Amino acid sequence: MAEPMRIRATLNGDVADVRILMRHPMETGQRKDAKGNIVPLHFIQNVVVAHNGKTVLDAQWSQAVSRDPFLGLRVKGAKAGDKITVTWTDNHGDKRTDETTVAAAS
Amino acid sequence: MMATRRSLAALALCAIIIPLHAQSTPNGLAIGRKMLAEDNPGELWLDRGKELFFQKRGPKNASLERCDFGLGAGKLEGAAARLPRYFADTKLVQDLEARLVTCMVELQGLKREDLLKTAISRPLSNGSDIEALALYITSRSNGMKMNVTLDHPKERETYKAGEYLFHRRAGQTDFGCITCHGQADKRIRLQDLVNMTDKREIQEVVSSWPAYRGGHAVVRTMQWRLYDCFWQMRQPELEYTSDVSIALTTYLHYQGNGAVIRVPGFKR
Amino acid sequence: MAASTIALGTAGLLKVGNALAAWNKPAFESKAVNDALKGIGAGNMIDSRDIAITAPDIAENGAVVPVAITSKIPNTQSISIIAEKNPFPLAATFDVASGAEPYASVRIKMGETSNVRAVVKADGKFYTAAKEVKVTVGGCG
Repeated sequence: MAEPMRIRATLNGDVADVRILMRHPMETGQRKDAKGNIVPLHFIQNVVVAHNGKTVLDAQWSQAVSRDPFLGLRVKGAKAGDKITVTWTDNHGDKRTDETTVAAAS
Repeated sequence: MMATRRSLAALALCAIIIPLHAQSTPNGLAIGRKMLAEDNPGELWLDRGKELFFQKRGPKNASLERCDFGLGAGKLEGAAARLPRYFADTKLVQDLEARLVTCMVELQGLKREDLLKTAISRPLSNGSDIEALALYITSRSNGMKMNVTLDHPKERETYKAGEYLFHRRAGQTDFGCITCHGQADKRIRLQDLVNMTDKREIQEVVSSWPAYRGGHAVVRTMQWRLYDCFWQMRQPELEYTSDVSIALTTYLHYQGNGAVIRVPGFKR
Repeated sequence: MAASTIALGTAGLLKVGNALAAWNKPAFESKAVNDALKGIGAGNMIDSRDIAITAPDIAENGAVVPVAITSKIPNTQSISIIAEKNPFPLAATFDVASGAEPYASVRIKMGETSNVRAVVKADGKFYTAAKEVKVTVGGCG
């Protein structure tokens, strides 16, 4: 089962600094397990970030993105309380969506 | 079982401890370390550790909320900053992981042998429960200063044993911790070596474990770090939460007193 | 626990705000840098100093190399990251909508010391910058 992401969104003026930590093996399909068998290709292919329901970033990834991937982006015209929604989809068709609200600048 | 065994020949390569050139390695690495530390996947294990801590588990169907980490049952804030310490109920000086095992056995009824065997996870696995729990419990001391005291005679005895062990050269390579960690500005290949005789450097060490180890993609603890050092030195296998491991941890934490705890750390 | 809160349409198609860009298989499966560039439509590229690549000079561990790209080029539509010596050089493409700054930060795997190349598409034209990242092996493995 896909594990939850950690999403931080903090305001810098009217730009939200969004940082996302995801749990995913991002297997390249070239690694062998302890028994010597190839671990199959398994990686996040697509990440969509939406701000109050509107897509702001649409990312396509290869298996070269690191395990337990991180994504940082900056959302324009943001206010405290706005919703940031993140959805990833992998090459197995698994997906995960998490969301957070933009926190006021500290 | 741990990862692949390496030949002595490979170790010989690593054993060349090279002087660090001030301009090259640290600065070149600095940006990368900063970027990785700012957003640490280890936080996801911290979340899991918190969940596990409050979950009713084991044959006794109990959470760990009544565990005494030295400040009284259920008091987590600041507990890690005072470990290792003597515990009257076990009559032992225990570090955080040893105490965690005690509580998992006593409160939850889990089997000690199973816990010891699975405490250190395989690289690229999901990590062990103990790794997640140790991180969560330590994080409850984030922002606080390491403050190991040696009031009890057993604590003093353990510290002295740790000091001896740190300096003792042994095994087929005639290495001690001091061999790699007793001088300034040394490295093995491109890995800079912490000088543990320097106050600031050892404070940096004790403040940052448990840590997410990038290459293993799991959270690693101080017990793992010591285990791996013993492996690097080709000394006998260091048993999880053994007296030797706790003695060394006591010595290192005390030397690092004043360090501001900030976990999870991020290691390569 | 539930993996997704997205409602599926009757055709089983996913709808999340705007349509998802299809995964660019030819580009991602290219083994040569030129083919990867062709795959993302970057025929001619102009070297640009308005693309900032923030990445370490030396990566302590090739499994987790942090790379952040900032484009100061007006009307940036997308940012791609290519690790030239990787077996499959194209690592990521970010389509930037108007609601986001032309900036993305990720971590990539690098097999060896290589140029990390950023390719920015703006107003239909392509711009590029590159930075060498040295990949080391730390300690005793």
